[in-house]
Amino acid sequence: MTEGITELDAIRESFEFFDAWEDKYRFVIDLGKDLPSLPDHQRVEDNLVRGCQSQVWLVVGDGPDGSLQLSIDSDAHIVRGLIAIVLAAFDGRTPEDILGFDIEALFAELDLLSHLSQTRGNGLRAMVARIRSVAEARLASSDRG
Amino acid sequence: MSQSIRADFPILDRQAHGEPLVYLDSAATTQKPQAVIDAVSGYYETMNANVHRAAHALADEATQAFEAAREKVRAFINAPTREQVIFTRGTTESINLVANALSQRLSPGDEILITRLEHHSNIVPWQMLAQRSGATLVACDITDNGDIDLEDFARRLNDKTRVVAINHVSNALGTVNPVETLIGQAHAVGAVVLIDGAQASAHLPLDMVSLDCDFYAFSSHKMFGPTGIGVLYGKRDLLEALPPWQGGGEMIEHVTMEHTTYNVLPYKFEAGTPNISGAVGLGAAVDYLTSIPQADLVAQEDRLVQLAVSELKQMPGVRLVGEPERRLSVISFLVDGAHPNDIGTLMDRQGIAVRTGHHCTMPLMERLGTPGTVRASFSLYNSQDDVDRFVAGIRKAQSFV
Repeated sequence: MTEGITELDAIRESFEFFDAWEDKYRFVIDLGKDLPSLPDHQRVEDNLVRGCQSQVWLVVGDGPDGSLQLSIDSDAHIVRGLIAIVLAAFDGRTPEDILGFDIEALFAELDLLSHLSQTRGNGLRAMVARIRSVAEARLASSDRG
Repeated sequence: MSQSIRADFPILDRQAHGEPLVYLDSAATTQKPQAVIDAVSGYYETMNANVHRAAHALADEATQAFEAAREKVRAFINAPTREQVIFTRGTTESINLVANALSQRLSPGDEILITRLEHHSNIVPWQMLAQRSGATLVACDITDNGDIDLEDFARRLNDKTRVVAINHVSNALGTVNPVETLIGQAHAVGAVVLIDGAQASAHLPLDMVSLDCDFYAFSSHKMFGPTGIGVLYGKRDLLEALPPWQGGGEMIEHVTMEHTTYNVLPYKFEAGTPNISGAVGLGAAVDYLTSIPQADLVAQEDRLVQLAVSELKQMPGVRLVGEPERRLSVISFLVDGAHPNDIGTLMDRQGIAVRTGHHCTMPLMERLGTPGTVRASFSLYNSQDDVDRFVAGIRKAQSFV
């Protein structure tokens, strides 16, 4: 079992114990605080996923065995916490795994789906779309290769 | 007073995330009183038909209701004639209508003067007009407090200035601009003046005759009426002289395959079937607004806004964005160590609706050096309890970050 699955399971397990929204959001903010920041040279226009309310920076690199290595950052605490959850699902995975993973279902299960919705405009939805399109492109080029 | 007003708005009884709703996003859209909801559903229940067309009882009644709404709006803004009240989709469409109709009147070397305080809807249509016509878009600066820099305005105004477009009240900071003075200065150089009144119409008495602007644009949904309808007021000679913008039914007098003669005002600018139920709802909203004594309305709202401002000023870690000389309805602020989006989300979980982000004023946010703010905006249905919950909500949100 890879580390990513363990991390996601740990997040799922923690959420089961939260009765009050306060506990859940404190946990999400703490996840965000533990997320490493992107260095300034990567917090640039080229890596920016613009949201109406907050911004997300996304860098996609190549990991071992065709996996994608994701580095993501935001200017908002809660969004950073939500990014940590997305990373737990996507980081270090193959394009097939990423495209096969139902991130909406995960956010629905954690009762955070509204943060992935259009109206939030926090950049998360656009970020997920960009990760998926990179995964699709990698898949297409490996098919050709 | 405020208790009875509150009872007119059924939505204010609902909860959000299990908490009683505190609605502080009226600058985005106001809630609707029962009278407006009834007027819209009553229109569909009893008289729905297309206007100005058929000769049957329903069409007559619908046309009468639609034109009665126009007359209510005319009286509300003290426009000289009903022909000067053009129904549009809202403020944005009103501004686009003017910007398009002015296309042939501008040429390279001409200038369009706006301010840093504008909403995107009072920037982008003018950028597009500048691109079409070769004219130059000029933006007047603001002070650090969020007021229009009057010296800079006077400096940038010159005999090349053909159009001046300014908001009456800033949606992001609540600044009430001295539009009477600015209109006078603009007219002195021969410029045509459009006032974006989106944030003013629910709060300030409007008098087109004494204001003397050439165009005034506002939206129904920000003054307790339905979405999807708004108004463009214009001076008669200008409206007569300008070409129509959109073509279609309703705006024509006679059509052959080669040529069309246009309908008279206001229909020349109202192509297609209008938003009839929306107009009827807007008429009901005007009736509702005018039924409340203006003094009560302003006093209650101002008292709450001033109270909230003074509370925020005393809170450690809270910083007001914009401290205009005269403020109306809107408070923008930041919380140290937190992004506006964090505060907005944590307020939302407490049942408090505020807006976060750039408020469609990115050039203003850039000028103020912040990517966005948290914005609370008040209306006549807000209460002392709303202010208390708002302040407590910020304190609680602060404890998370």
